Amino acid sequence: MRWLRNLAGTPEGAIGLGILLLLALIALFAPILSPGDPLRIAGQPLLAPFADPSFPLGTDRLGRDVLAGILHGTRTSLAVGIAAALAAIAIGLCIGLTAGLAGGLVDEALMRVVDAFQIVPSFLLALAFVSVIGASVPVVVVAIALGAWADPARLTRAQVLSIRERDYVASARVIGMHPAEIAFRQILPNALPPVLALSAIIVAAAILTEAALSFLGLGDPNVVTWGSMIAEGRNILRSSPSLSIFPGIALVITVIGVYLFSEGLNKVLAGRRSDA
Amino acid sequence: MLLIVIILTFLLLESASGDAVDAYLLSIGGGDAIVAKSLRQSYGLDQSMLARLWLYFTSLAKLDLGWSVAFGRPVLDLILERLPNTLLLMGSATALSFGLGSALGIVAGTKPESIRDRTLSAVSLILYAIPSFWLGLVLSIVFAVQLRWLPTSGIETIASGKVGLARTADIVLHLVLPVGTLALIYMALFIRVMRAGMAEAWQLDFVLFARSKGLSRTRIVLRHVARNALLPLVTMLGLQSAAMIGGSVVIESIFAIPGFGRLAQEAVSGRDAPLLMGIIVVSAVLVICVNLIVDLVYTALDPRVGASENRA
Repeated sequence: MRWLRNLAGTPEGAIGLGILLLLALIALFAPILSPGDPLRIAGQPLLAPFADPSFPLGTDRLGRDVLAGILHGTRTSLAVGIAAALAAIAIGLCIGLTAGLAGGLVDEALMRVVDAFQIVPSFLLALAFVSVIGASVPVVVVAIALGAWADPARLTRAQVLSIRERDYVASARVIGMHPAEIAFRQILPNALPPVLALSAIIVAAAILTEAALSFLGLGDPNVVTWGSMIAEGRNILRSSPSLSIFPGIALVITVIGVYLFSEGLNKVLAGRRSDA
Repeated sequence: MLLIVIILTFLLLESASGDAVDAYLLSIGGGDAIVAKSLRQSYGLDQSMLARLWLYFTSLAKLDLGWSVAFGRPVLDLILERLPNTLLLMGSATALSFGLGSALGIVAGTKPESIRDRTLSAVSLILYAIPSFWLGLVLSIVFAVQLRWLPTSGIETIASGKVGLARTADIVLHLVLPVGTLALIYMALFIRVMRAGMAEAWQLDFVLFARSKGLSRTRIVLRHVARNALLPLVTMLGLQSAAMIGGSVVIESIFAIPGFGRLAQEAVSGRDAPLLMGIIVVSAVLVICVNLIVDLVYTALDPRVGASENRA
């Protein structure tokens, strides 16, 4: 828990942590804060925001509660963002570790695949993937992870290459430690910190990608997302712009929270490196 | 590298349930099995996967990207027709964000931790976090719907009959909002990278030397610090090119610009696999080209990097 206290000690980290905690609470308690299906018709359509106390942010074209949509949308955004980033980091770590340790032909082949994934625009890839497989939450997660694993893989490989030549790895080899044990107990923990710092950025990018996908109508139609709410509001942008504006603000606050958190994390990690 | 891209894309689209013929038959309201079979034969869809992959490679070597089922035209023609609009959009957005971003980065990096620096950092953080499609919508609400200064969508006024300068002015007016949106988003990144580069360059020996020579502060900032801080910015440009192409999809769909990105969305909604495949291959080629140019520029900017050095 010491790193958490260090993190809260930096101004960026404290604000970011605060925002993320609040969002996590909203995501957890969304069904209690606004019971029932957020996609159900709750009242009269197109109520203006701040007019009716039972619908503080108004209702959309079909009479769905905007506040309920935003609260429940927090769940989708955070869940998809974090799941996609975890998947991308996991794939990236495995590929990077394999490439860095195996070397030779395996390394060469894996890095060419990484190159290929880096030159294809990841958003186009996600677009193609979702449209081919069909839109649902797991597919969106995989689609985003597919475009995001290349960076952590490259970073992990670079870390592994520098770590595997160090003395303690050589000593581990001398005492006859199993190569897999060396990989997971000696090298991986030391290669991890910079990759973790990158992971917060990946979460933020994943949240934005998910929003853009569902804005284009490629999100899961059965769950409420901020992107789809913005797209829905876009049809009547001229008469009631607030329908698009509120979910967008929620999105911006979330991403700012993640970025600040990552900056705080970077500072703590950099501090630890200079201490050592 | 491009080979891997092509094979992976091919496999991805191959895993789709239902092919273009299904989509086509659905759109014309159905057809019998014989029609479907003859259609599949004429598009070569009845052959095995490997045979079709080979077919795709050989036709690609002849610069033939295949036939778009949704549009009923060659894929290459469609892409070439849309590409100039996107290149215009991306080129102007990149130039604008690069210029503004590096200038503001210099302003912020000249005096680290000053109020000016902190304000700019906060602004760039917020811009960095804003989704481009939402910024586009908000800007169009303000400038096109409320103030009515600028047109909301399209690349030029339809059937205006304008020619020459008037037409150019018309296109420029239509591009202000989409270019502005993209430029604001990318500028945030450039400010951050430039500022970090400036902070790093201040620590270097030659800056100390320039100071000890008694050079003026402006001269040190512009000639010594900023020039070196520009290098990572140029690298960034190459790294960002793939993301920029991806971002153009959303922006073009908001502002209804008939470009490359919008074509991608139309290919998705029309289940047009050959078109989607062509788009991904062409975008990969574009990214490679941009990176090649960036490498060349880099060598010109930084004499330490020799052209003979293998940086690929």
